[in-house]
Formats: sequence, C-alpha cells, structure tokens
Amino acid sequence: MKKITSHEELKELRKNVEAKIKSEPVRILVCAGTGCQASGSLKVWEKMCELAKDTEVQVEFAPEIAHGDNHPAVHKCGCLGFCAQGPLVRVEPAGVLYTKVKPEDCEEIFEITVKKNEIIHRLLYNMDGCEYINQDKIPFYLDQTRIVLKNCGNIDPESIDEAIASGTYEALAQALFTMTPDKVIQTVLDSKLRGRGGGGFIAGKKWQQVASQPEKIRYVVCNGDEGDPGAFMDCSVMEGDPHRMIEGMIIAAYAVGAQEGYIYVRAEYPLAVKRLNLAIQQATEYGLLGENILGSGFNFKLNINRGAGAFVCGEGSALTASIEGKRGMPRVKPPRTVEQGLFAKPTVLNNVETYANVPMIILAGSQWFRSIGTENSPGTKTFSLTGAVRNTGLIEVPFGITPREIIFKIGGGLRDGAKFKAVQIGGPSGGCLTEKQLDEPLDFDSVKKLGVIVGSGGLVVMDESTCMVEVARFFMEFTHRESCGKCVPCREGTLRMLEILERIVAGQGEMEDIERLRTLADLIIHTALCGLGKSAPLPVVSTLNSFLDEYIEHIQDKKCRAHVCQKLKQYIIEPTKCKSCSKCARGCPVQAISGAPKVPYVINQDKCIKCGACIEACPFKAIYVA
Amino acid sequence: MGVMKIDGYNVEFTDEPNILSVIRKAGIDLPTLCYHSELSIYGACRLCNVEDDKGRMFASCSERPRDGMSIKTSTPRLVRYRRMLIELMLASHHRDCTTCVKSGDCELQNLAHRLGVSNVQWGYRERKYEKDFSSPSIVRDPDKCILCGDCVRVCEGIQGVNAIDFAHRGTDAMVIPAFNKEIAKTDCVNCGQCRVVCPTGAISIKTNIRPVWEALADPNVKVFAQVAPAVRVAAGQAFGGTKGENVMGKIVAALHKLGFDEVYDTTFGADMTILEESKEFLELYKKGGSFPLLTSCCPAWVSFCEKRWPEFVPNISTSYSPLQMLGSVAREYYADPEHNEGKKILSVAIMPCTAKKAEILREDLKRDGKQNVDYVLTTEEMITMIKRAGIRFDRLESEAADMPFGMGSGGGVIFGNSGGVMEAALRTLCEGPERSSIEELRNSGVRGPGSLREFTFNYKGNEIKAAVVSGLAEADALLRRIKNGESFYHFVEIMACRRGCIMGGGQPVHAGVRTKEARKSGLYESDVATQIKKSNENPLALSVYETLIKGREHELLHKRA
Amino acid sequence: MLDESFYKKADEILSHHSPQESSLIPIIHEIQEAYNYVPVDLLPYVAKHIGITETKAYSVASFYERFSFEPKGKFIIRVCDGTACHVRHSLPVLERLRSELGLSDKKHTTDDMLFTVETVSCLGACSLAPALMVNEHVHPAMTPDKATELIKGLREEAAKL
Repeated sequence: MKKITSHEELKELRKNVEAKIKSEPVRILVCAGTGCQASGSLKVWEKMCELAKDTEVQVEFAPEIAHGDNHPAVHKCGCLGFCAQGPLVRVEPAGVLYTKVKPEDCEEIFEITVKKNEIIHRLLYNMDGCEYINQDKIPFYLDQTRIVLKNCGNIDPESIDEAIASGTYEALAQALFTMTPDKVIQTVLDSKLRGRGGGGFIAGKKWQQVASQPEKIRYVVCNGDEGDPGAFMDCSVMEGDPHRMIEGMIIAAYAVGAQEGYIYVRAEYPLAVKRLNLAIQQATEYGLLGENILGSGFNFKLNINRGAGAFVCGEGSALTASIEGKRGMPRVKPPRTVEQGLFAKPTVLNNVETYANVPMIILAGSQWFRSIGTENSPGTKTFSLTGAVRNTGLIEVPFGITPREIIFKIGGGLRDGAKFKAVQIGGPSGGCLTEKQLDEPLDFDSVKKLGVIVGSGGLVVMDESTCMVEVARFFMEFTHRESCGKCVPCREGTLRMLEILERIVAGQGEMEDIERLRTLADLIIHTALCGLGKSAPLPVVSTLNSFLDEYIEHIQDKKCRAHVCQKLKQYIIEPTKCKSCSKCARGCPVQAISGAPKVPYVINQDKCIKCGACIEACPFKAIYVA
Repeated sequence: MGVMKIDGYNVEFTDEPNILSVIRKAGIDLPTLCYHSELSIYGACRLCNVEDDKGRMFASCSERPRDGMSIKTSTPRLVRYRRMLIELMLASHHRDCTTCVKSGDCELQNLAHRLGVSNVQWGYRERKYEKDFSSPSIVRDPDKCILCGDCVRVCEGIQGVNAIDFAHRGTDAMVIPAFNKEIAKTDCVNCGQCRVVCPTGAISIKTNIRPVWEALADPNVKVFAQVAPAVRVAAGQAFGGTKGENVMGKIVAALHKLGFDEVYDTTFGADMTILEESKEFLELYKKGGSFPLLTSCCPAWVSFCEKRWPEFVPNISTSYSPLQMLGSVAREYYADPEHNEGKKILSVAIMPCTAKKAEILREDLKRDGKQNVDYVLTTEEMITMIKRAGIRFDRLESEAADMPFGMGSGGGVIFGNSGGVMEAALRTLCEGPERSSIEELRNSGVRGPGSLREFTFNYKGNEIKAAVVSGLAEADALLRRIKNGESFYHFVEIMACRRGCIMGGGQPVHAGVRTKEARKSGLYESDVATQIKKSNENPLALSVYETLIKGREHELLHKRA
Repeated sequence: MLDESFYKKADEILSHHSPQESSLIPIIHEIQEAYNYVPVDLLPYVAKHIGITETKAYSVASFYERFSFEPKGKFIIRVCDGTACHVRHSLPVLERLRSELGLSDKKHTTDDMLFTVETVSCLGACSLAPALMVNEHVHPAMTPDKATELIKGLREEAAKL
C-alpha cells in the first residue's frame, strides 16, 4: 500500500474508493457485530460470498461512474444495532433490511432481491403486523440520531478504504493542515463535548490541561474497558467503525502534542481487538499513523493493550497502571491524570465514544454539535437497550430524550406485554428509574438529580418478574467481586453490604438491616478512594429509595413478589388437584413431602430445599410456586 | 507557603507536602493506618479524611495545602466514619487480640480504643492463612493484615527487595510472597523493616526469648551477652526515659539482674572490625585492585548483595561484623577452662537488628561447624524480658560492662549510625593533631542527612573517594551506577536500614522524626564522651591480638572463603 | 520443572516484547493463550527477563481475573452474568452446565481437562441475553436445555479430534 503524503492525495484516494463503491451493482451488507456473529451471521456472509461469485447483475450505471464487474459486492459490516433481530442483512441500493437471516435464506435473497429487486416479505421486520422494508422507517431507528454510529452498519469495518470513502480521516487532514493545535482544542472546548465514559467531564478542558503541562512527553489513551455489565456501546463502535475512533485519537494527540497513544480494550471483546489491530495496521500503512502523518510532520504511534478481567481498570489511574504492567489499583489524586497519568506523563484519557465524536465536531463545527442535545449536554449518547424490552440493541439518541421515549418508542415497549417496573441506568455505578421518573430528560445533570448517573450507557429494562432486592444484591456482588481491595470502605464495606443483601434475599434479614445498608452506603459514598468505589452503593441506595416496600416484604413477610428469590419460594401442592400418586414424594431428594393414599400430599416447608423436582415429577400439575 | 484554617484556627504552612502534615504540625494527631512520611502516599485507610467548609470530604494525606482553605478534622460525621472504618477493619482481622504479640502496641487496637469502637457488628473472619515461621527473623501472620501496604512499600520502595507484595484483589487481597511461598524462600534479606512499619501483629519479630531465659535459669550454663551500640540509645524510651539517651549502664545492670553472667559491649567488636577492615582497605588502596571495598557489617546488605548483585560479593570485606568479632574472640576466651569454669557457654547478642538472627546461622561465619553467637535478641525482645521480669529499669543504678570485652572506642560507638563505620575506619587513617583531623573528617560529609552521602578524604596527600549509603534501594541504584561506570569510589559503607542500625528492624517502633534524630545524636554524643576515639587505640582490642588471636586473624576474624 | 519446550515457547513470546515492566500483561496473555493457563514456573522466568521480581509478577498476575495458574479445559465456557443476562435468567444456564459437567463454584475444570466453566461480567452481547462464550465464540439466547445440547456438541467435536 502506498503512503498518503498530503491532504490532496487523501482526497484523491477518497474519490477513487467512493467510485469503486458506487460501481458495485448491488451491495450486500451482512452485520458482523458480536451479536449477529453469535446468531450465525458469518455463515450467512460466507454463503452470500459464494453466491455472489456465481451471480452477475445487469445494472445501468451513470456515465461518470467507472464500470466495475457485475458481481454483487458482499461486505461484513459493523453492528446495525438491532441485535435481537440478527443476523441482519441489508441489500443496497434498495436499502432492504432482512432480519433473522439464515444461510438457507441466501439463495432466495439472491434470486428475488438481488436479481429481481423484489422483496421477500417473510424476512422483513414485522412489528404488530406492520412490515418494514427500510431500516430508517422501523420505529427502533426512527427516533435515533446517529452521529457516532453513522458508519456502524454501513461500512465494512475491516476495510480502511470504506472508512475513507465515508469521510473518515478528512477531519484529521483538516485539523493537521488548517488548524493549530490550540484551535482544535478550542473547537472541542466550544462544542462542550463531555466525556462519555460516565464522568461527564468537559473533554476540551482535559485536553487544554494536558497541552499546558511543562512536560513534553504526553500520551493519549482511549478507555475501551467497557466493564459495566449490560453495556456494549463502545464494543460496537470499536467493532463497527474503528477508524473513526482512531481518527479522534490522532486529532487529540495533535491537539495536545502527544507522540504515542494506547487503546485499552477488554479482553472479553476479541473481535474489537482484532478489528482495531487491523485498523491500526491499515492506517499505519497509509501513513495515517506513524511518522509524518499525511506529510504534515506530525508523528503518532498507537498501541493496543488488552485488559485482563478487572472492572476497576475502567477507572483512569487504574487503567494507566494496568498499561504500565501493574495491578489495576486506583491511586490517590492529585496528581491528576492530566498532570501525571500514564508513565507519570501528562495524559489525555477519554473513552471510545468521546473520541468517536471528535471528527464530526472538527468537520461540522462546535456550533452544529451544540445544536444537538441539551445546552449543557450537547450531542448524542449511545445506549445499549436490553432487558425486558421488545427491541433490544444498540441505539444513539440526542441528550434530553426521555427514558419513556427510549423504552416505549425505540424499544417498542416491554416484551410479551409485561408491565414496566424499572430501568437500570449507569450500571454498577448507577441506579433504577421508576415509572414516575420516565419523563425526565436524560442528560448528565438532570439524571444526577434523580440520584443516578448516565454512566457509560447501559439501559436494562425490568418488568414485574424482576426482584429489585435481588437486583441490588446482584450489583453489590459485582462491585464487591470487582473491588480492587485497596481502600477500606470499598473492600470491607461492599463485603458487609453484600452479606446483608444475601441475608435479606434468603429470608433471614432483619429490619435493622435496612438502616445498616444505608449507613454503610453513606460511609462508602463519602470515604472510598476512587469514583467506582464511591458509586458502588448507588444501586442499593436507589432501590432502597424506590422499592423499600420490596425490601420490607422480603424481611417481614419472607416474600419475593417477583418469585425470583429462591429461598423465599414456597412450593405448594394444590389439594384439589393432587391425586395422591406419591410421585412427588418419591422425586423429592430430601423427603420433604408426605402423604397417604387418597389424602392430598403436603410439602414440609422447613425441609424443602426449593429444587423444583416435585413440579417436574407431578403428572397433574398440582404443584405451584408462591 | 500560606495560611489555612484548621478547626477554626489559623495554621501556617510552608513546604508541607500534604494537609495531613499541616494538621499534625498544628498539634492534632489525626489517625492514620497507611501513612508514613518516608513512604509513598497510598491513601487506603481513609481515616485521615477531613471536611472542607463546603462539606466536601477528602483524604488529607493526598491533598496539598492551599492558602486560605478551611478544613475541619473531627466533625461528628468524620468521627462516625472513622469509627465505622475501624470496626470494618476489625471485623476482617483475626481478633485474638488479648494473646497477640502486638497487644498493647497495636495501632489498630489503639485506634479502636481511642475512637471508642466498643462493638463489632459484622461477622467474624475465620483464619485463611497459615502463620509463616520459616524466617529466622520475622513471623508472618497474614490473617492480621489490614492491607495498609506499608510493608509492601518499605520492602519495595525503600529496600528494593519486594519479597512480599499484594496478591489477588478485593476481599481476597493479601500481602504474601509470590505463590504464597514461605518468606524464607524469597529474596527477603531479613532487615525487618516490614515489621517496623506494620501497624498490627501481621509481621512480628521471631523471638528467641524462651531458650535464653531457660539458659539463664540453668546453673550449669554460663550466659554472656554483648550489647550493640544502637540498643543503648533506643531502649530507655520504652521505660519512660528520654529519647535517644544512652542508657548502656542501666542495660548492663538490667541484664545482670536478669541473670546474665557477663555483659560485654559490642563496640569492642566494632573496634576489631575496624582494625581488620581498615587493614584490608589500606592494602587494597596501596596495591590497587577491584574497587570499591564494601563494608560487611550489615547482614541484610550482605544478603541483598548475594541475591541481587553477586558480581559485587568479592568486593565485600571479609572482616567479621562486630557481633561476630566479639562472638569469635569470646568463644576463644571461654574455650579456656579457667574462664568457662567447666560450664556450658551460651553467647547472646542484644541487637537492634532482625537480620543478625539470620547472620549467626550463616555457614561461612561458623568455625568448626559451630556458631560464634548462639542467640540474637533484638532490643524489643530485651525490653520485653526486662518488663516481664518486673525490673524497674528507671530505678536501676548504672553499671559498667564487664571485662575483658567491656569497652570500645568512640569510633565503635558511632557504628550504629549510617556513616559510622566509614567514619570509624577513616579515623584510624587520620594523622597529625588528633582532635583537628577527627574534626575535619566529621565535617567531610560522612555525617549529615540523606540516605546517600558522597565525600572525599585526604590520606597522605591522596584522595580517597568514599560513599555512605543506607536503604537498599539506594544501595541498589549506587551499585548500578558503579557497574555502569557512572560512579567510582574506593570505599563504600552500606547499611540496609535508613539511618543505620539505630533504625534497625529490631528497634522499638513508633519512632518519629524526633526520635530518629535523638537516637542519632545520642550515639554521636557518646562518642564525644569517650576518651579513646580511634579503634586502633582501644587497648583491650589491641591486647587480644597478643593474648587470644596470636596471628590467627584469618581463622578467627574473617569469614571463610 | 517444566519441559524445555515451555521455555522455548516463552522465549519466542518474549522475543516479541521489549524487556520492560509494561510488557508483563501482554506476555502473560500470550502465554495463557498458548497453554490455556500460565504455567507457574514460567512466571519467574518472564519476570527475570523483563527485569521485575517474581513477587511483582505474581502480584500483578493474581490481580487479574483472566489469568489462571491452574490448567484450564480445552473448552473454556464463560457464562455471561451481566445485568441483561442476569435479568434474563443466566443462572439456570450456569447451573445446568455445572450439573452436566459435575462442576461447582469451587471446581471450574473437569477432570478430563475438556471443560472449564466460569462466569464473566459481560460479553457485550446483551441484546441476545443470556449469552455465553465458548473459547472465542459467542452463543446467544441460551437456555438450560441449549446448554445441555452445547455440551453434547462440544464432546462430539472433541471426540473427532
């Protein structure tokens, strides 16, 4: 590959690759995000490639477009977001979106859609009897604003040419050749872009602080250690459009005068690691990374570091420690990361989505960016919408949208007509919003008033089958397991909170436990060393505030209304249905069931271990859980 | 520079590195369990949290003082948090407090008491780790560890050893050697600094009190002790005495009362070390060869050199350490039936040092397969024995050490300070009007602050380049520079513990800056008070060459090759 | 003592990294990828090469959940217990896997060294909850019965090799 040594050459290359893409008679995009791959999209892609070889399509091209061959072009693309409907296939230029495509559907797609340009109705997305041919018309996409995810699902993330054709690296060229580093910082500052990793710190300020340090060796680090359980936005961006994020990092490096950068990615995201590696390799070959980028004289080297299974490495100082080959333990501040970060040098540390926003800000300007979202939270935010919602997936919405719009319009409401109970936002550092709070705007500052945080962007919708005490226990178990163990309040406090919650879900709680939880939470929030520690009790505090009655039920009535807490379940034999066949008693591993012929059997609740064997054994469905 | 308000009072600050130092300067003893002024800031215990006037809470150890800021140190909320933190620590701490070696001296226990923690409402933690008795110097009891990390930072940061470190994470986190192997199988050099900083009983001195006590009670055993220089300036404080005061006389009296038949002074051995080592140095200096000559008296340093810098082992002086000198000479002395009175002899050394417990076991220091000294008791153990026996130390009349090894020169006394060995050795090379040349040497740079001091000494018109270093991380860096040719010295004194033996691993702990300074000046003042300044003028030392050694220097005073 | 081949492999991995502390985690990753675990004796070897103590290397390696000093099975099944998977009932899947394989929260690897079952905080496949990962392959929308099928399939796959 030839190095691109000027802005003109980049423009030339872009023109060429754009023309090449336009010359594809039919463009078939097969989603190859983690979700669709898991649903088998690679087999679909292979089949498509095979078919494309043997298929020729006659298309009339406009005269200015160079005539390519007549084979349809098949591409893997990044996450389309609509993961629950995967594997997804889109056929361009018609823009037909097929869902749940199987390899055996491919031939039909070729015969009918590729060759005849007709629609296969059974593969279309169908919601409440309404069929949707084009992606943009689907309610899931209708209310989204895709800036960060613009290319996700539209280009092949393993091809830098496709990225360039879509305009990637143009912002870099403009920054390098038309803007001073200060100007870049000012633009980002003016855009009021706030860190998307959870903290919401003004990104431009960080850049400015790094740029003003006397030390000249500086680093740019990308936090791709998306550890929140239930969040995969950054994963999708890294997998679906790695070049955009890399471009953002190079621009940041130019702005602050950094020579080297690191991307820290979770090891649980092998596909993201693979694609980032490939992207860096391609960008280096094109001269977009390395020495003398685009002939500008600016040098920047980019490395990838894989995490190794430690949630706490999402914290800035823990992350840099991990890159340095140390235990990922947060350290006290000051000095802050901007002063002494990676290898004790000034460091810009932003997350994936923050960097991915930068190129568009450079291209379209800070004013344009501020026109989206709210005054103090401009722009968009990606969320992973999961749980008991109909349309799960990756979404991007402007700040200020309400949770209700997200859940009921984009998400299509709850699955199986279930009743909404809560939505968990902000992962282990966040909390639950209830029905009453659904109409509040979603932005950094508004949700804080509700006692939760935007966080990195996990939205887990919960219905009546979710036990909120159990959810609190789940998050506490997570934060306890992931505590680095350095400071006392987090290490010991989360342990004791978890013990209490385990007691409560097992029906052994006391009313005093609620006060104990609150006291411990207060201690941890105010005294823990790092941000993750300080926020560890928030899921508990939030459920205590909104769902105190469920706690009390567990403690006083030994009852879990969602029937989730195993130890609080009661297996009961309905006497009117019992035929005294004794099968349940024989199936019971602990001899908790007794009875006699013609007398309904009874379960001794003290002995019962709630294993459910009796339910399976009963031929008359006489046993139920209460 | 500036003024800040602490609990309503204005307090000036200058170059204090953090708010905690300003608070303590203001006379408020804010509790901490992970802060040591000489170690890096860790910020784990969260006890030093303070509140500013906006109600914002932060750890004072890691925040810089700012002019005009106003903080409160003990609001009800802060006190409540501190109490809860201690309670949480206690809950996960193996609480056999009443029988713990550290009881009464345990910082966790003291703080619990001070903050009024009267009840631990959280479940009790069962033992997860075996105690580690593998080392001759220290005992590890990880179940008592509160993960303050002080030992880790001293072992790695100050000593450059890193024998122990954090392993695992969260509630499973623990300070252990790699793969939880025995400490004796690691690079541990037995310096005991981990035990000095450990606030609880998680790392303690491996004690030898019992066998010594049994020997003292046995009429068929003649027990003698030697007392190292640093012991005498550290022990008095434990009995209510003045910091740094030389209480050698009372120590001798106390040891006699405990039943030691004879009490000798290790400064005698120090003089012997100087006699041999300066001979060795002069020979090397005149003949030329592989420089620098490295001192041999600190066993932790010797062990460190063997483990990390084997290429420098040949540079270490072969002369015995003072303890071994006295041990070896006394052994020879007691070989005589006239002196042993037909009894078994037990040789005990009272040392500021835990590494000496390991040194006496070294094969290359044994003669005919026998140790020169049978037991080493640290200053702490000696204090324990005196207290246990109920001896009112403060009421004792001073006694002189016993002959024939009861006296040393001023050079021998200052051995306990970093730089003391070097100064004593170079003193023997001082010529001309004695007082002024000794004075000149004293001001040459051999004394002073800092863990590394470099200076030159004029010897008969020639320059001797010398360095004094304490703390093994500092020594490690120095050796690297020597190896890379960046530095050159003729003679280097290395002590493992910062400031030398006065701050050894066997000394009483809780020694702040003032105590450290007092111990140091205590030794220098003792030097001033001695009539004989130079080791080569100690008549007792010179006489043993005639009476006991008789030309067998290499057999009796040097380690086996 | 390990077989000579282990040190050869380690040398090969070490040759791709500069001998410095920050190479430790990438090196352990690669060793683990080669053997599915980190052979205990290789750690001091690596530490020495990159100029850190064995204690430090152990301290770092034991911090990270992903690194294991115990040999792992041929198939490492990581059951996602992220929020989305948890509320969509991932635990019954985990329980089924463990009961099928005779494993528990203490015992993670089968005696025939074929399977290791672990939990993982999130696989990023939340839309397809509950999910699990076999080596590097994600399996979506799991149920206990699908887990049983999966084990059966993997056993057959192993038998063919």
